[in-house]
Amino acid sequence: MARVTSVEDVTVIATESLSKRFPRVTALDRLSVDVGPGVTGLVGANGAGKSTLIKILLGLSPATEGRAEVLGLDVATKGGAIRERVGYMPEHDCLPPDVSATEFVVHMARMSGLPPTAARERTADTLRHVGLYEERYRPIGGYSTGMKQRVKLAQALVHDPQLVFLDEPTNGLDPVGRDEMLALIRRIHTDFGISVLVTSHLLGELERTCDHVVVVDGGKLLRSSSTTDFTQTTTTLAIEVTDTDEHPDGTRAVREALHARGVSVEAGSGLPGAGHILLLTAQGEETYDVVRDVVADLGLGLVRMEQRRHHISEVFKDDQEAEEQQRKEAVGHGS
Amino acid sequence: MAAEHPVATPAGDQTRIHNIGYRAYDGPRLGRSYATRSLYSQSLRGAYGLGRSVKSKVLPMLLFVVMCVPALIMVAVAVATKANDLPVDYTRYAIIMQSVICLYVASQAPQSVSRDLRFKTVPLYFSRPIETADYVRAKYAALASAMFILTAAPLLVLYVGALLAKLDFTDQTKGFAQGLVSVALLSLLFAGIGLVIAAVTPRRGFGIAAVIAVFTISYGAVTTLQAIADTQGSTSAIPWMGLFSPVTLIDGVQSAFLGATPSLPGGHGPSDGQGVVYVLVVLGLIAASYGLMMRRYKKVGL
Repeated sequence: MARVTSVEDVTVIATESLSKRFPRVTALDRLSVDVGPGVTGLVGANGAGKSTLIKILLGLSPATEGRAEVLGLDVATKGGAIRERVGYMPEHDCLPPDVSATEFVVHMARMSGLPPTAARERTADTLRHVGLYEERYRPIGGYSTGMKQRVKLAQALVHDPQLVFLDEPTNGLDPVGRDEMLALIRRIHTDFGISVLVTSHLLGELERTCDHVVVVDGGKLLRSSSTTDFTQTTTTLAIEVTDTDEHPDGTRAVREALHARGVSVEAGSGLPGAGHILLLTAQGEETYDVVRDVVADLGLGLVRMEQRRHHISEVFKDDQEAEEQQRKEAVGHGS
Repeated sequence: MAAEHPVATPAGDQTRIHNIGYRAYDGPRLGRSYATRSLYSQSLRGAYGLGRSVKSKVLPMLLFVVMCVPALIMVAVAVATKANDLPVDYTRYAIIMQSVICLYVASQAPQSVSRDLRFKTVPLYFSRPIETADYVRAKYAALASAMFILTAAPLLVLYVGALLAKLDFTDQTKGFAQGLVSVALLSLLFAGIGLVIAAVTPRRGFGIAAVIAVFTISYGAVTTLQAIADTQGSTSAIPWMGLFSPVTLIDGVQSAFLGATPSLPGGHGPSDGQGVVYVLVVLGLIAASYGLMMRRYKKVGL
């Protein structure tokens, strides 16, 4: 039987002209945004109001004006109920070094209301899911940054919340750790069925992970839309070919041949292997065929042909903010 | 939801790999008061180093033993010499052992609260169902209980020993009860002062030093002034001075109402009227400690 899902049912977080003013600064300025299930990125520079928003959503800090709901519960009156269903991973260090991950997470599970036995079981499960095994019995003080981040994540997930707030979870991680963390965040939604609100000041890393991105700046909503809207309006193809004796500069030969077929091509400057990579806009399926034929006709080897998604930051080049940045960069390059 | 998805394995294979996958939790969530109780029991155990490293068990356990050994010796002496009374009053015991008690507060109050501040665990607590007041109450109750265990255990040793030595039952029971009331007040007062000082600093060392300083300096200053007043003959001022140090406060309260002999120089205990002031000051300090901690943690928040 078809079930009509109303908007309320699929809204995990809803804010309505939410404002938070401190004596000197306005942290949030009439922010109205709806967030559905899935992984949502909250992007903004440091001080854009991300942490303030999380505090309000956890019911820990009253809004100056406006209202907000988390999982259909009003943050002003139902803070306790919200915090029982929500997990929170803070940006900063929050782990005592002299206890083991197991002891710590069990304690935090009980602090979320789980009975002792359930707390222990869930702790073992959760630590395994975030990728901590034998080391979980050792004191946290001896852990690497990546392992500590996993413990922080585990304590946010141990009570099986419906929603988790992850505040800058990739902070301080090396590129590999960053990728692992992002993959884990993705799994929190796909495998665990938990919605995620993840903050970052890096647009790039969220586009791979999030279904939806909310951009705030100076406490104001800059943009809220799904990542596919951001990045899949057009598809850019990156092509790299080999050189042969017949065509010593294969890249150039392909560019000319494609040009002759009416496909506009630009050099992929700024990418690794710049000069050898060509970027072209795929109009549809046929573009792939054209490329294949052209490369085959010339007798070249096709090293790569891959879809390159637009970076969210490129989308924002339209925005005033980004324009300014560009201008600054241009000036910087000029001098 | 808790279904297991066995990975397809060839028939007859001895090893079966189970990919348990993520299991949702649909059991009970016991909420705020349970969480507060959990924090209380964790903090109380922590005050004796239980659930923590071996190193952190040493000091509290040692102090506990040091508290009880004199009581054991006294009991042994009383039994051996067939004395008709214990060498020390129940109410007097904590006053004699004040430096041990003071060391205990100084070491365990910062352990209880400074660590959470220093390692920034406090925001994690407040991201859970408990409120600021629950955290403060759990921590306060835990340290006060730990101190009550520390101060009441030797009294229990004395009491059991007194009964074994066949001393007067009603006499001993009354003394024991008075002693328990006195150490209960002492535990609340000392724990409150210790926690307020410790909650100010995330540095454990500072916390320990500050707590010791407050207890010993105030006691030293008050007793010195009282001694001077005594030699100068201004005895009426002596009881009023006792209001300015935690140890003499407890001493004053129990001298006025719990049948204790005042340890003030010249035996100048507070009068009944002054005793009421003492009780009010003690209760006021306990309430103030609680209030100050609430204020402190309202600010710490996330």
